[in-house]
Amino acid sequence: MPSLSRDEVAHLARLARLHLPDDELAHYAEQLEVILGAVAQVSEVAGADVAPTSHPLPLRNVTRPDEARPGLGQEAVLAGAPASEEGRFRVPRILGEEA
Amino acid sequence: MSEPLSSEAAAEVVRLTASQVAAAVESGAVSAVEVAQAHLDRIAAVDDDVHAFLHVDTEGALAAARAVDERRSAGEPLGPLAGVPLALKDVLTQRGIPTTAGSRMLEGWRPPYDATVTARLKAAGVVILGKTNMDEFAMGSSTEHSAYGPTHNPWDLDRIPGGSGGGSAAALAAYEAPLAIGTDTGGSIRQPGAVTGTVGVKPTYGGVSRYGLIAFSSSLDQAGPCARTVLDAALLHEVIGGYDPLDSTSIDAPVPPVVEAARRGARGDLSGVRIGVVRELSGEGYQPGVEARFREAVELLTSLGASVTEVSCPHFGYALAAYYLIAPSEASSNLARFDAMRYGLRVGDDGEHSAEEVMAMTRAAGFGPEVKRRIMLGTYALSSGYYDAYYGSAQKVRTLISQDFAAAYDQVDVLVSPTTPTTAFRLGDKVDDPLAMYLNDLCTIPSNLAGGAAISVPCGLSDDDLPVGFQVMAPALADDRLYLVGAALEAALVDRWGGPLLDRAPALEGASS
Repeated sequence: MPSLSRDEVAHLARLARLHLPDDELAHYAEQLEVILGAVAQVSEVAGADVAPTSHPLPLRNVTRPDEARPGLGQEAVLAGAPASEEGRFRVPRILGEEA
Repeated sequence: MSEPLSSEAAAEVVRLTASQVAAAVESGAVSAVEVAQAHLDRIAAVDDDVHAFLHVDTEGALAAARAVDERRSAGEPLGPLAGVPLALKDVLTQRGIPTTAGSRMLEGWRPPYDATVTARLKAAGVVILGKTNMDEFAMGSSTEHSAYGPTHNPWDLDRIPGGSGGGSAAALAAYEAPLAIGTDTGGSIRQPGAVTGTVGVKPTYGGVSRYGLIAFSSSLDQAGPCARTVLDAALLHEVIGGYDPLDSTSIDAPVPPVVEAARRGARGDLSGVRIGVVRELSGEGYQPGVEARFREAVELLTSLGASVTEVSCPHFGYALAAYYLIAPSEASSNLARFDAMRYGLRVGDDGEHSAEEVMAMTRAAGFGPEVKRRIMLGTYALSSGYYDAYYGSAQKVRTLISQDFAAAYDQVDVLVSPTTPTTAFRLGDKVDDPLAMYLNDLCTIPSNLAGGAAISVPCGLSDDDLPVGFQVMAPALADDRLYLVGAALEAALVDRWGGPLLDRAPALEGASS
């Protein structure tokens, strides 16, 4: 059974961009360990000769004709934005994060 | 303008099947507006108790119904479902109508475009009543993981209606709509169908467009019809199915003749049909009343001329484990788009926090516990050092399950099993026990992994007087076989019961009928 420490879950949460308080980290560590224990059996089933299936259909690239056609207007696009300014998306600062 | 329907007439209208509604509208026996109003009134009367809907679009529904009536008055031909009300799962976009996928993350979002399914419904004159409740981002088996509170099972309001499409199934069972749309990633159409005594179909993967479906697990998600009868499900399947150039995984092939198959099945002759009972989908963990109704249904199919054999699918026992690695892995990727930048919720944007901090704070505030659990599980399964043991191995199991199906379909035309191991459990019973919750999808997951088609049809009541579902599975693009066998079983059972199973549901508090 895989073991999962609180610190490892904190690392996972960071990777997944989830800001979780300590009590939630401990709770998820306990639950994820149980779930991973139950699903770990998949590694015992198939040998190296079995090809993986990522998708039930064979995938192919699909393109449409390169023709200009109307898209959504600026107003429609920005209507769902958390914040906008001067007709553009306004986002929090991305510079100086390491400061 | 005609007089409003009397309460007795409205009570009769909401109990009509979709095909009966369409015929009544086409003949002029009732107007589409009267039908829509009767269902809106029914929703007003019972939905405080059921909570099937997150949003009811009264104005839009009445406008769509008026358009159908005007077309009829002008002598224009109406399609097979014109004027029929429908409840749309909140994971499919509808232009201008709040769409949340059951999450706080999208609260208040109004999509600027229609999903292809939505567009096809509108083009067919189907009257969309509103958006139905669901587990957040379709993750769950009970609709308790909705950010907006649970839906209640119309058979017993203290029990779950299944998930994630519990709202869609409950709307049917509570006579709030004769048709609904669901999405099925691991059983989210069929399992709610089973526990509410309604019909749910997962079409072949790629058979119904996913354009405009808010993605959970892209290689598994499939939109499909929910109805109270097999024929109604088939009529809806033909409206929403078919190739869509906007979805790169859409199959460029005609929709199988599902309506014709449902009508043929209802005549009750299954001579020449080979049915396989999946050995691995019974036994320990299955409620005795569920197994008993399943066995009786198999005997009934035999009496209709089908040949029945037992078939082994040895890797089905690993399907649940593979699913709970593959689906969270894809979810962790798909849900990365909810980053508080371009749409959806934003938390902590006070000038003090960086974009990365705002993302993490927003995602922590906007996602519920089940979604966070699956995002972290998927992140783990895809991370360096664990990828091969978890995600890679799960994809190999997927291959083995597809091979099991292929070998089985060499012997039989369809496979059958109970849809769920148990009937509806009580609200709150499993919400803190993810593994117990996941077991509900034991029988439904294999066909999602392999991409085939499957249906759940009501097959009676268990010893606790709650509905039991009978699952029929068919190979990809052989969806018509589901309807043939499902309709034959339904007709035989309705004949035996003297009416539909839903007639036995206890009347709802506040019901108008």
